[in-house]
Amino acid sequence: MLEYVWLIPLFPLLGAIFNGLLGKKIKNEAVIGGIGTMMMVCSFLVSCGILMQLIGLPAEERVFQKVVFPWIYSGNFHADMAFLVDPLSAVMIMVVTGVGSLIHLYSIGYMHGEEGFYRYFSYLNLFAMSMLLLVLGGNMLVMFIGWEGVGLCSYLLIGYYFHKKSAGDAAKKAFVMNRVGDFGFLIGMFTLYWWLGSNTNHWTINFMELKQYSNLLPYGGVVTIATLCFFLGATGKSAQIPLYTWLPDAMEGPTPVSALIHAATMVTAGVYMIGRMSFVFVKAPQTMMVVAIVGAATAIFAATIGTAQNDIKRVLAYSTVSQLGFMFLAMGVGAFTAGIFHLMTHAFFKACMFLGSGSVIHAMHHALHHGHLHDDPQDMRNMGGLRKVMPVTFWTFFFSTLAIAGLPPFSGFFSKDEILWQAFSNPFHGGLNILLWGTAAIAACFTAFYMFRLVFMTFFGECRINPKVKDHLHESPFVITIPLIVLGFLATFGGFIGMPKLLGMLPNYFEHWLEPVFETANTYAQTYVHVQEYGHGLELGLMGFSVVVAAVGIGIAIMLYIVSPSIPARFTAAFPALHRAVYNKWYIDELYDFLFVNPCKAAGNFLWKGFDVVVVDGIVDGVAKVVMGISGVLKNVQSGYVHNYALSMALGAVVIVACYIFR
Amino acid sequence: MVPLAYYLIVSAFLFSIGAIGVLIRRNAIVIFMCVELMLNAVNLTFIALSRDLGKIDGQIFVFFIMTVAAAEAAVGLALMIAFYKNRETIDVEDINLMKW
Repeated sequence: MLEYVWLIPLFPLLGAIFNGLLGKKIKNEAVIGGIGTMMMVCSFLVSCGILMQLIGLPAEERVFQKVVFPWIYSGNFHADMAFLVDPLSAVMIMVVTGVGSLIHLYSIGYMHGEEGFYRYFSYLNLFAMSMLLLVLGGNMLVMFIGWEGVGLCSYLLIGYYFHKKSAGDAAKKAFVMNRVGDFGFLIGMFTLYWWLGSNTNHWTINFMELKQYSNLLPYGGVVTIATLCFFLGATGKSAQIPLYTWLPDAMEGPTPVSALIHAATMVTAGVYMIGRMSFVFVKAPQTMMVVAIVGAATAIFAATIGTAQNDIKRVLAYSTVSQLGFMFLAMGVGAFTAGIFHLMTHAFFKACMFLGSGSVIHAMHHALHHGHLHDDPQDMRNMGGLRKVMPVTFWTFFFSTLAIAGLPPFSGFFSKDEILWQAFSNPFHGGLNILLWGTAAIAACFTAFYMFRLVFMTFFGECRINPKVKDHLHESPFVITIPLIVLGFLATFGGFIGMPKLLGMLPNYFEHWLEPVFETANTYAQTYVHVQEYGHGLELGLMGFSVVVAAVGIGIAIMLYIVSPSIPARFTAAFPALHRAVYNKWYIDELYDFLFVNPCKAAGNFLWKGFDVVVVDGIVDGVAKVVMGISGVLKNVQSGYVHNYALSMALGAVVIVACYIFR
Repeated sequence: MVPLAYYLIVSAFLFSIGAIGVLIRRNAIVIFMCVELMLNAVNLTFIALSRDLGKIDGQIFVFFIMTVAAAEAAVGLALMIAFYKNRETIDVEDINLMKW
């Protein structure tokens, strides 16, 4: 089965081509959606097969490279279309194809009746192909193809409702910010390739070979520059400070797109990339510090913004940015396994929550449409009490929220707690550790608060929707609820494969599974990091503390939204400036407009009106005017007056004779 | 004998008078007459030089010139008659349509 790893990206590619070329003719939604979903399911089955095969191998042998065809051979530069299967990519393909298949199934129901149904499935399959290329890529170039491809598909899908100007603007914003990151990725790739080649004569971009020769890399210096550039790429793709503002705007796309691309898969590409290149990152301690600081800062920054938003999808978007911050924090303190673990659990519970919010929006939209009302179906202020009407949606969403808040025994608890523990105990950055841990703990408290705020505003209390249409609210059909149930199940029980050995109930399967992948990185880390042994008591204590922190967040949410609902309004009235700042996302978008967007627009305007119109058009018009001027003078020779012509003839004759005489 | 120079000077005068007439006069018939005058001046030059050099080539060429002058006068007059039929005038100042 390992030999057939190339089938995994091929199936969605075929689906994309089929739906793209023939979808418009085939008006049958079942066929289009069915083909799209079947391709993903086929990829999932192949991924399962590969996982089974890898499990059967002993731990040291779980690396397999498949060269599909040799591609670019130019001087020293060799790049094949090569796929790399190891425990890390196995985790990623399971997540991508598994969650992807569920979301494809969900989309059949959600996008029912849309005019561009075939276009949606074509793009979604294309996205899946690009993402699979990214995670299976055996060298930096194949990964970059996938990297760019997911950015493109993100643009296509965010701008799916292209008739709306806001959707087109959001798509453009996402793509341009991604591009800035891609530039960083390219510079990092070139730097690494050039340095390794010219200093050690190993010209390679293949991951396995890079790992092999990584001991020749110095600590810091060039490696710091290269990894910082790679990290810039990661901030663009995974929405960290400073390139995160595209993600909340990306909620203009259909909700399953938000679930797949902006929660479970594309945004995790940056985390995966750092995991894949862990052996390079560890050689640059300054970059690791930057990664950890940016991760922690983003986690708390996004969490603060999420507390004041009213659009259900916006809250989830900021929560995604915040959780990605946790993942980067983990990668930055060398806890690569914890970061990937959180990536997986986050995919489960965040996808479940996005799909659940889609179910809610679908029901709200249906009801409001019935009553010909134009209220916003996504505004939580119009919701409330939906748990009675949509029980499946409510329970799956509730369990996922418990997971994200980090309460045991849900999956999010194990992964988040692992990150917090590693941030505290892993002495990567000296005294900074405590600060990172503290920031992350506060962000976790905020997370619990605003997620439960969302649940209480949407599902509890009395229904604030227009009473005329209240009776039209109902649970969503099976194609929508079945993925919710599956993901809810995974969000609840998926954490048990990564239970820390401290609790002694189950071995930490996940950590053992990924251990060989990060072995090299850990070896390098040990040369400059002196691991301290902390007692079990401290670890248990911190575990308990994170539960308390989550409970405090939930408690505050209960106070503000169940017990005494007038408090939020009074709080807002008491601190209007603070509320305005948080509600307006700390005015970062306005800052970027001022610093980057408006100068670019002004430069563009200048080049248009000042240069193109004045100079270029001026030259072209000027040449024409000169010719016209000359002709205006010369035309007077043709006066039509016969005597003038006779005179010219006579003068001409005189000139010729004179030439002969005076030769 | 009359010196050669006298013939050439007379011929030159006749030629200049003809040339100036072409450039100055307005009536098309008069211009044709001036053209004939120029041609005859050239004829005179040819004859004088032929007599002077003792060769007969010049006189042969005069025949050609006379033939050409007669043909050209016929064509020119036909042109003027056609023009008069259209414009009721043969003043060359009125023949000015081929201008910018």
